[in-house]
Amino acid sequence: MTASLNARAAVAALVAAGLLLLPLYSQLSGNIFVLTLFTRIVIFALAASSLNLIMGYGGMMSFGHAAYLGIGGYAVGILAFEGIGSGFIQWPVALVVSALFALAIGALSLRTRGVYFIMITLAFAQMAYYVASGLSRYGGDDGLTIYKRSDFGGLIDLSSRLQFYYLCLFCLFGGIYLIWRIVNSRFGMVVQGVRSNEQRMQAIGFPATRYRLICFVISGTLCGLAGALLANNTDFVSPSVMYWTRSGDLMVMVIFGGMGSLFGPVVGTIVYLLLEESLSRITEYWALIMGPLLLLIVVFGRGGIFGLLGRLKGG
Amino acid sequence: MLLVVEQFLNGLQFGLLLFLLAAGLTLVFGIMDFVNLAHGSLYMMGAYFAATFVAWTGSFVVGAILALGATLLLGIVLEYVALRHLYGRDHLDQVLGTFGLILFFNDAVRLIWGPAGLSLPLPVWLTVPVEIMPGVFYPSYRLAIIAVSLAVAVFLYILVMRTRIGMLIRAGASNREMIGALGINIKLLFTLIFGLGAALAGLAGLMQAPILTVQIGMGENILILAFVIIVIGGIGSIRGAFLAAVFVGIIDTLGRAFLPDLLRRVLSSSAASTAAPALSSMLIYLLMAIVLVLRPEGLFPANRR
Amino acid sequence: MAEPLLCVENLVKRFGGIAATDHLSLEVASGELHAIIGPNGAGKTTLISQLTGQLSPSSGTIRFAGKDITRLPAWRRSRLGLARSFQVTSLLSDFTAIDNVALAAQAHDGHSFHFWRNARGETHLRDAARSALERVGLERRAEIVVSKFSHGEQRQLELAVALAARPQLLLLDEPMAGLGVTESAAMVRLLLELRREVTIVLVEHDMDAVFALADRITVLVYGRVIASGVPSAIRKDEEVKRAYLGDTHVVTRHG
Repeated sequence: MTASLNARAAVAALVAAGLLLLPLYSQLSGNIFVLTLFTRIVIFALAASSLNLIMGYGGMMSFGHAAYLGIGGYAVGILAFEGIGSGFIQWPVALVVSALFALAIGALSLRTRGVYFIMITLAFAQMAYYVASGLSRYGGDDGLTIYKRSDFGGLIDLSSRLQFYYLCLFCLFGGIYLIWRIVNSRFGMVVQGVRSNEQRMQAIGFPATRYRLICFVISGTLCGLAGALLANNTDFVSPSVMYWTRSGDLMVMVIFGGMGSLFGPVVGTIVYLLLEESLSRITEYWALIMGPLLLLIVVFGRGGIFGLLGRLKGG
Repeated sequence: MLLVVEQFLNGLQFGLLLFLLAAGLTLVFGIMDFVNLAHGSLYMMGAYFAATFVAWTGSFVVGAILALGATLLLGIVLEYVALRHLYGRDHLDQVLGTFGLILFFNDAVRLIWGPAGLSLPLPVWLTVPVEIMPGVFYPSYRLAIIAVSLAVAVFLYILVMRTRIGMLIRAGASNREMIGALGINIKLLFTLIFGLGAALAGLAGLMQAPILTVQIGMGENILILAFVIIVIGGIGSIRGAFLAAVFVGIIDTLGRAFLPDLLRRVLSSSAASTAAPALSSMLIYLLMAIVLVLRPEGLFPANRR
Repeated sequence: MAEPLLCVENLVKRFGGIAATDHLSLEVASGELHAIIGPNGAGKTTLISQLTGQLSPSSGTIRFAGKDITRLPAWRRSRLGLARSFQVTSLLSDFTAIDNVALAAQAHDGHSFHFWRNARGETHLRDAARSALERVGLERRAEIVVSKFSHGEQRQLELAVALAARPQLLLLDEPMAGLGVTESAAMVRLLLELRREVTIVLVEHDMDAVFALADRITVLVYGRVIASGVPSAIRKDEEVKRAYLGDTHVVTRHG
C-alpha cells in the first residue's frame, strides 16, 4: 500500500514542481501561450479541488458548482463596473456572496440525497445563470467586460502575467493545504464518516446535515475565489461561465484525477484541459471525440488517474 | 382577460410538453434506476429530424411520423450500444457518462446541420386560429399539441396501470431480480422502456419545433425544467410528473407574461425592467425550493424504496 | 432505584395497517441488564429503533433519565447517553477500527467544529478508542480497515463503538448474531463484566446467553409485551411457552 502512496506522492511532487517552474520554461522558450493556458488550468484546478472537498471527501455530488465561478466573477465584475476597483473589497465580497449562496442552496438541497441532490444543485446553478442573464445593466447574456483588473495597491500587479500566474498558483497550493488540514481535522473526520455511513454517524451522536452544510459552504467559498481569479484572467465575466455544462466539466476534472485524493483534481484538470486544447487543434468538432471518450472512461476506468496509481501494487 | 386565457392555455400547452419530456425521464429513472442526461439530446434530435423530414417529404404529418420513428430508433441504438453498460452503476457515473453524450450530440448536430438553427414552418391547415370561446381565438397548432399530449398521457396511464407490460414495468421498478427470475427478458424490457422514453422526448421535440427555433443546446435548457418537475412531482411517479408539469408550465408562462407588469406597479420602471426577467426565470426554482422545504420527497412520490 | 432509567409508555408504531409495536410499555431500571426476547417478527428491532431514534413512533412516549425523548433526533439521544449496536452491522467500512471507535469518542468530547488540528493526533481520543478496543479484544486489529474484518470481529467492533461513547444505557441488537461458539462465549463474558458498569438492554435469540445474563426479561410477540419479569418467572410462564412452541428456542434450560 505504501508503494501506491509513494507513486501518488511522486506524481504530486512532479506536478507541483512543474507548475512552479512553468514560467521559467515560458520565459526561456518565448512561449507566452503556455503561461496563459496554465494560468487558466491552475484556476480551474482550484475550482475542481473545492468540488473534490464535497464530492470526494463529503460524498455530495453537486452538479452546480460552476455557479460559484460566476458569483465570484460577477462580484469582481459588478464592483469594477460600479467604480470599485480595489481587490481588497472585491475579493472579500466574492467570498462572502459565494458563502451566502452556498448556505442558502445547501440548506435546501441537503434535505435530499442521491439523484435528487444532483438534480437540485443543477437546477439552482441554472437559476443563477438565468438571473445573471437577466441583469441587463451588467451585460446580461453578452457579459461584462472588466477594464481593469483587481487593484491590490503596491502589493501585487495583476496585469503582469507572471505575477498573476504565481498568485493563482499560490491560491491553488493554499487551497489544497487548507483542504488537507480540514480533511484531517475533527470536522473532516465527521464529514468523511457521514459519507461512509450516515446512519452510523447519527447513532454515534453527530448531526450529519449540519456538518455537510458547513462543508458545502467552505467548498463554495473556495470556488468563489477561483471565480474572482477567473474573471481577472479573462478580463470578462458572462453567464455562460455558470451554464450547467460547465459544472459538468468541473465534475469531470475531479473524476479524471480521482476523487478523495488531494492532488487528484489538479492532475485531472491538467489532463482534461490539455486534452480539450489539443483536440480542438485537431478538429473543430472535438466533442465528437471527447464525449465518447468520457463515456468510455466512466465505463471502464474506476477512480480516475490517482485511483489507478493507488492500485499499482494490487492493493 | 382574453390575455389571461391565452396565456393560461399557453402555459397548459407548455406544461403538457414538459410532461412528455419528464415522463420519459422519470420512467427510465423509476424503473431502470438510470439517470439519463442525454434525454435532452433526444428531444433535440426529434426536432432536427422533424425539420429535415418535413422539408424532404413536404408533408408535416409524414415528416413528424418519420421523425418520431427515427428518434425511437436512435434511442434504441443508443441504449444497446452505449447506455446499457451503465446500468447498475453509481448515479454519478451515469450522469457523467450521459454528459459525455450531450457533448457528442451537440457537436454531431453542428457537423451535420451546421451551427445555425433550423426552422420548421407549419402547414396552412395548422395555422388557422380556432374560436374556443366566443370572441376568443387560439392557434389550432397549440390546441393540437394539447390534444396530442393529453392523448399520450392517457395512453401512458392505460399502459402502466392496465396492461401486462405496465405490470411488468411497475414490478420491474420494485424488484428487478424477480422479473428476471420469472423468465422475462429484462434486457429487452429495459430496451423497450428506454425506447418509449426516447419516443416521448422526440415527440416533445418535434412538436415544439415549429414554435421555437430548432437549435443546438435546446435540449439542455428544457432538461433542467424536466428535472425540476421530477423533483416537485416525485421521482418515478408519472402522475406526479403530470401534475407538476402542468403546474410548472402554467406558473412559468403566466409569471413571464404578467410579472413584469405587476412589478412595474410596485417598483420604479427601471428597477422593474431589470428585476422582471430575472425574477420570472427564478419563479420555477423558487417553487422547487418551497416544495423542498415542505416535502423533500416530492408532492406525489411513487411508493418505492 | 427511584425512577427507571428508561420508561416506555404505550408505544405504537404502525406501518400501513400493521402495528409493528402495539401499545408497548416497558421499564428498565438503572444498573440492570434487561433482555428482550421474542420470536422472529415480534418487533424487537423496531422497538430498538424507536428507542434510539431511527424510527418515529406513531404514538406513545419514551422517557430517558427523566427526559421525554420521544421527538428527539437520534444524534441528540446519543449525546444524552443512549448508545446502540445494530443488528445488521453498520460501521464505517472504509475506515480503520480505531478510527471508527475514535469517532464515537470524539462525538462525546465536545464539539467537532475544529478545522485545523489533526484529529488523529488527539491522544486522549486515541487512548479512549484503544481501551474500548482492548475491552472487546480487538486491540491488535486497531489499524486494519473494517472491510477486512470477519463478521465476528465486526460484531465485536460494534460493541466497542457503542462503549466508546461512555453511555448510560447500552442497547444491543443481537450482538451475538452469526457468532461461533467461542466468540459467543467471549461476548457473554464481556457482557457480564459490562453489566456492572452500564445499564444494558439486550435483544437476543441465544437463550443460553439471555438466561445467563439477564436480571429481567421482557417477552415480545407481535409487537406486544406478553410477559415481563425475572428469568425464573419467565421460564415458568405459560403464555411464553405457548409463544415459543414450534420455534427453535424452547424455554427449558436453567441458567
